[in-house]
Amino acid sequence: MKNKKLINNLITYGIVILAFVLCKVAIANGDMTRSLKGQLIPICCWIVMAVSLNLVVGISGELSLGHAGFMSVGAFTGIIASQWMLASGVEDKMVCLIVALVVGGVFAALAGIIIGIPVLRLSGDYLAIVTLAFGEIIRNVLNCVYVSVDAGALHVGFLNPSLPGKLILNGPNGATGVTKLATFEAGFVLVLITLFIVLNLINSRSGRAIMAVRDNRIAAESSGINVTKYRMMAFVISAGLAGLAGALYGLNFSSIVAGKFKFDQSILVLVFVVLGGIGSIRGSVIAAAALTVLPELLRGIGDYRMLIYAVVLIAVMLITNNAKLKTWLDSLKKANKKTDGKAGAQA
Amino acid sequence: MSNVKKQATKMVAVPSHSIVPERDVDSRPVLETRHLGIEFGGLKAVDDFNLTIGRTEIAGLIGPNGAGKTTVFNLLTKVYQPTTGTVLVNGRDTAGMNIVQANKLGLARTFQNIRLFGNMTVEDNVRIGLHNQIKYDTVSGIFRLPHFWQGEKKQHEKTMELLSIFNMQDMADAKAGSLPYGAQRRLEIVRALATNPSLLLLDEPAAGMNPHETAELMENIVRIRDQFQIAVLLIEHDMNLVMGICEGICVLNFGKVIAKGTPEEIQRNPVVIEAYLGKQKEADK
Repeated sequence: MKNKKLINNLITYGIVILAFVLCKVAIANGDMTRSLKGQLIPICCWIVMAVSLNLVVGISGELSLGHAGFMSVGAFTGIIASQWMLASGVEDKMVCLIVALVVGGVFAALAGIIIGIPVLRLSGDYLAIVTLAFGEIIRNVLNCVYVSVDAGALHVGFLNPSLPGKLILNGPNGATGVTKLATFEAGFVLVLITLFIVLNLINSRSGRAIMAVRDNRIAAESSGINVTKYRMMAFVISAGLAGLAGALYGLNFSSIVAGKFKFDQSILVLVFVVLGGIGSIRGSVIAAAALTVLPELLRGIGDYRMLIYAVVLIAVMLITNNAKLKTWLDSLKKANKKTDGKAGAQA
Repeated sequence: MSNVKKQATKMVAVPSHSIVPERDVDSRPVLETRHLGIEFGGLKAVDDFNLTIGRTEIAGLIGPNGAGKTTVFNLLTKVYQPTTGTVLVNGRDTAGMNIVQANKLGLARTFQNIRLFGNMTVEDNVRIGLHNQIKYDTVSGIFRLPHFWQGEKKQHEKTMELLSIFNMQDMADAKAGSLPYGAQRRLEIVRALATNPSLLLLDEPAAGMNPHETAELMENIVRIRDQFQIAVLLIEHDMNLVMGICEGICVLNFGKVIAKGTPEEIQRNPVVIEAYLGKQKEADK
């Protein structure tokens, strides 16, 4: 069993690494279209978003609809940190990027703690509604924040655009004139780090506690599990990872507004999680990558693009829930197990 | 009836109108309740419940359906907060505690309607029970530091040791939800034992088991008591099991204790017979 889990995890890492190598080769050979190349970093971000949301939805069993809110916190704090450093004369872009990611992750995790304390008193539909509201609150608050950098010092204003120096964050106009720091390699490493954290967490004492709370809250409490602590842990780690993704996403564009992280984005990430299979980390990775690329690939058919996209979503949903298909897959698995057993007996 | 050898335990009276086995009389009782009661909107589900359980006693809590037996369990384990009275576990008042704190104090329980972690493996279910026994922090878990490997190894060994009580080591990798009914009940007991309790509360452990499985369960409950030196309080409708292994029995009806005593005394008690047979008459109509 231990080995089976390990192999499963290695396959997940393998898929990501293989995809990265294939993309690299395609870029080197000039086989990749410009639009697709532009999608590489966002794909990495959405993969991280999907995996982190899966930690809340699939592993912790709570429906959170405010994930884009944490992403925006990460994006804007990351942008502020990196632009401040660049303005203060830090030359190394790599250092700036790493610091920006860390800052984005930490601030999003802090937002997760602040929001989690009141929100995690609820569960089920109520939790979904309140997280949705918090996502919107974050977006609206960010619309009113002005940040400028002047001679190495950071000035922050709320509803007040008259700040000295160069504006980094310009209220509803968002961040403008951002020096793009995100690279595909950084995105790839971020995906690996996310997988490492989430997969290792799931297969550890704390991860088991999180899943126990999901499966049966009363039984978990009766076994001495501090329910609040572990729900909070899943929520905050998820928020922190979303912040990392957000920071990378924000540094991929020269300008970005808070309106980019709307409720639709939270739902989009949820679609990745549900289509990839709730609780399946590998499924989230594949679904996030495929569904981000799909609209780009469908650009050729113009206006019918979103129509086809929707049809594909419905088709995947129907096919993966098909009872006959499931029994067929199960029988395949069983046949595999039998041959394994025989091989073992012979050995 | 069963192949469990019935040792005649001498029961002695203790101050709080209860009896404990003679061997436990010198040690502090594992559980003591005083005037315990709870009301649900004016309905007294449990009223003036006094019970003392000796350190290594196997005690039974019986009564007709709806008598309030599971409510007593929920009061003891702090699923409900009592409206009156106190619960002392190992001499400590549990007032204001929550379920987790009650568990840490030494109360572990199983449930009438099985509550396993159905999507997790049998081994992981037991490991949840070991959560507070064999610890390592989350950071070690994520970064696979030495503490993680040591902790996991210890947890695995302890899990297998506990599963071996019921010969369930082979099932360690199976999903808990896919186990047959009897095995699920046994797994719940193992998970409860893993939390290192001083009092094990079993809510209808033999429900749905055939006579052969029940006989095996009886042996195992006695063996668990002997091996871990813990007390057991069980709710059960199977009178063979109750009369076969319980040393002290408490009979509950309409939330009130109507009789306490040894199995022999309870079987002879006219109030108990009336409570049970009266019920049966109504059902016959």
